[in-house]
Amino acid sequence: MTKDNDHISKRKFMEELYRYKRGSVTRRHFLGVTGLGTASAVLAAAVPALRPRRAWAQGDIGDRVVLATWPNYHDPANFEAFTEATGAAVDVNVFGSNEEMLAKLQAGGSGWDVFVPTNYTITTYVGEGLIDPLDAARMANYDASAFDPRFAGPGIVDNTLYAVSKNWGTTGYAINISKNDNVTPTSWKEFWDMTMDSFSGRTMVHDYQLTTIGNALKYFGYSFNSVDPAELADAEKLLLDAKPHLFAINSDYQPSMRSGDAWMTMCWTGDGKQMNRDMPEIVYVLGKEGGELWSDFYAIPKGAPHLDAAYALIDFLLTPEVNAKEALFHGYPVADSRVNALLPAEVLNDPILYPAAELLDALEFGAAATLTDPNRAELLARFKSA
Amino acid sequence: MTQRSRNLLLLAPAGAWFLVMLVIPLTVVLIFSFGERGAAGGYVPAFTLDQYANLPARWAAFKNTLILAPAGTLASLLIAYPLAYYLAVRADPRWKTVLLVLVIVPFWTSILIRSYAWIFLLGGRGIPALLAAIGIEDVRLINTPFAVLIGIVYGYLPLMVFPIFVNLDRLDKRLLEASSDLGASPWRTFLQVTLPMSLPGIATGCLLVFILLMGEFLIPAILGGGKVFFVGNALVDLFLQSRNWAFGSAVAATLVILMLVTVTAYMRLIRRLGAQREDVALM
Repeated sequence: MTKDNDHISKRKFMEELYRYKRGSVTRRHFLGVTGLGTASAVLAAAVPALRPRRAWAQGDIGDRVVLATWPNYHDPANFEAFTEATGAAVDVNVFGSNEEMLAKLQAGGSGWDVFVPTNYTITTYVGEGLIDPLDAARMANYDASAFDPRFAGPGIVDNTLYAVSKNWGTTGYAINISKNDNVTPTSWKEFWDMTMDSFSGRTMVHDYQLTTIGNALKYFGYSFNSVDPAELADAEKLLLDAKPHLFAINSDYQPSMRSGDAWMTMCWTGDGKQMNRDMPEIVYVLGKEGGELWSDFYAIPKGAPHLDAAYALIDFLLTPEVNAKEALFHGYPVADSRVNALLPAEVLNDPILYPAAELLDALEFGAAATLTDPNRAELLARFKSA
Repeated sequence: MTQRSRNLLLLAPAGAWFLVMLVIPLTVVLIFSFGERGAAGGYVPAFTLDQYANLPARWAAFKNTLILAPAGTLASLLIAYPLAYYLAVRADPRWKTVLLVLVIVPFWTSILIRSYAWIFLLGGRGIPALLAAIGIEDVRLINTPFAVLIGIVYGYLPLMVFPIFVNLDRLDKRLLEASSDLGASPWRTFLQVTLPMSLPGIATGCLLVFILLMGEFLIPAILGGGKVFFVGNALVDLFLQSRNWAFGSAVAATLVILMLVTVTAYMRLIRRLGAQREDVALM
């Protein structure tokens, strides 16, 4: 405000208001000449809730930020709001597996500012020196005490914060039950048996070693994380037997499920929720043998080209109001109690997001060994090229 | 400045380019192919032939490539030749330019986007739905080798049309008249005059398409649903999923060698055909 006045008469104020309404003076002139600009600035300083205190809205953070994430995992409206508030456009790169993210970072020069690794990969990233510790002071909206340690814990390695919790969820499968006489299967055994029988040519599996091999291991009742060569050999045989019956090997399965080309697919919580919301005949199933429980994180790779923007984006997305919008959009549970307090009861009671205890208890977190095990990596590559 | 140093100067940009972009990377690939995979992936130096011994594990990818690349080239040729012939010989000269531009128009959009469009066309709500409407039920097109073939022909057709068109366009039309005056039927004129004269165009088109197809990965990835695998897809997987740079390099080196062998054999065949033609011409 360059021309603040101490006093302005009622008549003069009304004249200025009409001038402003007619468009013959600018908003800046109007606020300055009437003193309203000063008034609102003083008011904002006195009432903390009105103060644009958030780190993500401060300073010049550059014109873009590059985010590597998973399919269908963000509300585009939030990115637009971020760009609106900070001037930085969000470039989104979508990946279908942690292995692919690791490979890009190992090769160097990924150009990412923020990426979304899963719990079991973080120790490897730290060990390989591929990510930087996070400075909690640069994320005003990060509140460690608000997070469920079960899901946020893997972000802390050797007492150092490397990643902050994004979402958690499960890996089950989605099935269009209208193609199955409206019968909902309950196990991974049925998933694979139906794939090779009544659903031949209609099933999709992830392009991702952890889940595709893990859920094949579950057919035999082995651990989702097994690296035992004999058990992996059984899983490989099942995968090769099933391959001619698959519709596709792809982690972005929603388009095919929605178009009706695919009838059943390995599926993550939020994708299951999104499809079920629009097409109730597509239901989400957790195999009773078990499967994966996971949590995803935001992390900053070493050498991120737009570091300020990276912190700004993470801080923005951790803002409880923003994060709640994300959760309502993508349908993945959040480990942040501040966000859950904002979510409606029907979301918090949704059986897709929050499965029954006995189903949840059978699930396993992915193990770090699966990420680096050469046999699992080669098994999936062999299966795909077979 | 001597002639020699002037030649060197002229060749310098291309030479530097090939050194940095071709020779050095190929050398790195060759060195890596004798190494081993690191514990968390990547490459550790070693000298072993293990990677080459493991090549049979990618046999299916090589087989698919060696079947679909020639098949795609042949299919493109069969479709492109009549089109190029029409454009060069038959089309109204006033429309020729417009028609040629129409052949290039698809190139104005990224191949990625055009391939995505085919997902819809070949998917259950596209062509199969039309076929179902006329009573042909349960046709599955998307994510099959046939879908990949369609994508290939669609994507590479202009590359085949243009060399053949250029060749036919420069064809001396008086030769055709002469052939006809000497009593040859149109079909015989085509077989004995037009076709042999357009052989260089065919050879160039086939070479262009074939070489690119041997390294193709995008179309099989999009229209093959991760099931129809080319060597290119195996390479992407080895570098970007299983992070086995050593094995990936061995597969890449093998592909390069395979390409050199097939292209050399092909060039020899073409040269022999060309020589025969000259013999015939002399007789």
